[in-house]
Amino acid sequence: MSSAISCRGLRKVYPGGLEAVRGLDLEIAAGDCFGLLGPNGAGKTTTIEILEGLLAPTAGEVSIFGRNWRQHASEIRQWLGVSLQETRLSEQLTVRETLALFASFYRFPRDLDEVLNSLQLQEKRDTLLGKLSGGQRQRVAVATALVAAPRILFLDEPTTGLDPQSRRQLWQVIREFQQQGGTVLLTTHYLDEAERLADRIAIMDLGRIIAQGTPQQLIDSLHGEHVIEFTVAGQPSGTVDWLSIAGVNRAQQREGNVQLHAAAPHQVLPELLRVLERAGGRLERLSTRQATLEDVFVQLTGRRLHEEGQDEGGPHGDGQEERIEEAAS
Amino acid sequence: MSAAAPPPLAARRGQPWWAAYWNLLSARMKEMFREREVIFWIFVFPLLLAVGLGVAFRKPRQATSKVAVVSGPGAAQVLRALGEAGGAKVAVKSEGQAQAMAGLQSGNLDLVVIPPAKPGDAIRYFSDPERPETWLARERVQHLLQTKAGRRDVIPVRDLRVKGVGSRYIDFLIPGLLGMNLMNSGMWGVGFAIVEMRQRKLLKRFAATPMRRSDFLLSLVSSRLILMVIDIALLLGCGVLVFHIQVRGSLWTIALAGMLGAFTFAGLGLLTASRAQKIESVSGLINTVMMPMWIFSGVFFSYQRFPAVFLPLIRLLPLTALNDLLRAVILQGAPLSAQLGRIAVMLGWSAVTFLLALRWFRWR
Ligand SMILES: Nc1ncnc2c1ncn2[C@@H]1O[C@H](COP(=O)(O)OP(=O)(O)OP(=O)(O)O)[C@@H](O)[C@H]1O
Ligand SMILES: [Mg+2]
Repeated sequence: MSSAISCRGLRKVYPGGLEAVRGLDLEIAAGDCFGLLGPNGAGKTTTIEILEGLLAPTAGEVSIFGRNWRQHASEIRQWLGVSLQETRLSEQLTVRETLALFASFYRFPRDLDEVLNSLQLQEKRDTLLGKLSGGQRQRVAVATALVAAPRILFLDEPTTGLDPQSRRQLWQVIREFQQQGGTVLLTTHYLDEAERLADRIAIMDLGRIIAQGTPQQLIDSLHGEHVIEFTVAGQPSGTVDWLSIAGVNRAQQREGNVQLHAAAPHQVLPELLRVLERAGGRLERLSTRQATLEDVFVQLTGRRLHEEGQDEGGPHGDGQEERIEEAAS
Repeated sequence: MSAAAPPPLAARRGQPWWAAYWNLLSARMKEMFREREVIFWIFVFPLLLAVGLGVAFRKPRQATSKVAVVSGPGAAQVLRALGEAGGAKVAVKSEGQAQAMAGLQSGNLDLVVIPPAKPGDAIRYFSDPERPETWLARERVQHLLQTKAGRRDVIPVRDLRVKGVGSRYIDFLIPGLLGMNLMNSGMWGVGFAIVEMRQRKLLKRFAATPMRRSDFLLSLVSSRLILMVIDIALLLGCGVLVFHIQVRGSLWTIALAGMLGAFTFAGLGLLTASRAQKIESVSGLINTVMMPMWIFSGVFFSYQRFPAVFLPLIRLLPLTALNDLLRAVILQGAPLSAQLGRIAVMLGWSAVTFLLALRWFRWR
């Protein structure tokens, strides 16, 4: 596969001196959907805007289908469909007028009604943007990117603020675009979205890529794709050496809450119960689940991706001491 | 939409070259006309201002001289003389001296007459050298009283009148308002609009498309030119219909002058907006640029009143040049070829502002 986007040694230092991107190498194959993940301030928007030719990098090379921004800017712009993180389109124009305006910038735009249909905006075509809901406006923003008939679609947090149904609709649109041979680069905060949509993922933190691969590869890198979570009561369980249990690759403990990573939970559980009994602990709650990118992220950064308020009540992130052990593999 | 390079241009029919320009212009016009307040400020407000000021200044403020005769011996005779012959020119009443003087000082009276106590004494007139209308009152009263007492004019006189078209205040005012309106709407319509789009990150979004930068700027300037035509039609139409202004120049010449004005201030608006990030900061900037011109450029009163040393500088201001040009063209029917100096001033401003603006312009 030829590469659609590639960059080498990308760095960006903002005028204030803040280094938002610190040496980034990316290789995105044509026809791929590539997900850029990372917490707030990781440098996702900065990176994507450099690739879109909107920001000049402090150092590094960008190439889009083998062309670079310095010499071939107007040619490259014909190929890109862009949705920025925080554009406010004109409220006094209707959906159709807005799309017609953006279409007029391109030599070979797509048919407006086709785009309106695929984003389910057909009923709203003659509504002023000022009268649309936030999620509908978000879809119009994506429509302005699609109307370019682009070869590459850049979407910066396209689904933030959408309800679950609209998110799924948008995923469908992105998949269709990909099926027709398009390349997608999207940033997101939602790990499940990246897992479902992206062929390849890069996790960014503090201006660097800390892990890259297919979702499955990243999860496999945990050495065991199952997570066993339980709570122990009665006995101070801090003394138990969880890694001594055969099949446990990684253990993480905070007070009575324990998380074990294992490849085959059915082999681990009997031994786990025995160890607990010996230590005099009482099992209060136990569940097993598939490992997710969230676990990858926590392992890589020691932090959760989402901030406290957005957390769904997991046992982590309340600032207490945490003990992570890992089996030598 | 495949990863392979698109087929050669000749093989497909692309959009016409003017598609982007046309869509940008029509989007701009639609946005403007759908915004109620904009309609008010651009069209209704100048008309209200013109009608208001025009009505306020239509007649000389002092049609009738207000005169008080201080009561005392001889007052009755003076009152009678003025009352009989004064007609509409002099309104006369009798008052105590203190009260009359207070009225003169506060501007409610134009003249205080103290009649002679006994025949052969002088009549005393109190007037205010700071107020020309009090001189007029004095001359009128003096004339009436002296004629009544038997003075005759020695040289025969015949009064002839020109109808004062083109020299009234409203004639001066309407072209000035037109110039000011072109300045206001150019600066706000271009400057404010750009910064607002920059703040909304819409400029950045446009920059991410292959949109030609020149199409964008051209569409903004064109929208000003279209509004300029409407502006001129409204204000001149109001002047002609309501105040019977005589337009001596041809409409084409006037339109050309207006176009030059709209263009000049579009450039100035573009320059003020070339870097500002926030609408608050550009608002301050626009007002700072416009303020001196409201005062010095002869919108409401002639700039000839300023000390002569400043006049060359004042004439270099773009609004001064525009107002002078509009007055010459509208009121005197001057051809553009006789206005090259003023045209050069405006073209100079346009060239400098557009060049600097394009150099400094920020899309993000
Ligand atoms: N124009 C700017 N000037 C200075 N610093 C900036 C600018 N834009 C972003 N930054 C800083 O660069 C860092 C990376 O910002 P960026 O917007 O790329 O993050 P992000 O990953 O997109 O975050 P989010 O998920 O919140 O959108 C942040 O620390 C931010 O404060
Ligand atoms: Mg961002």
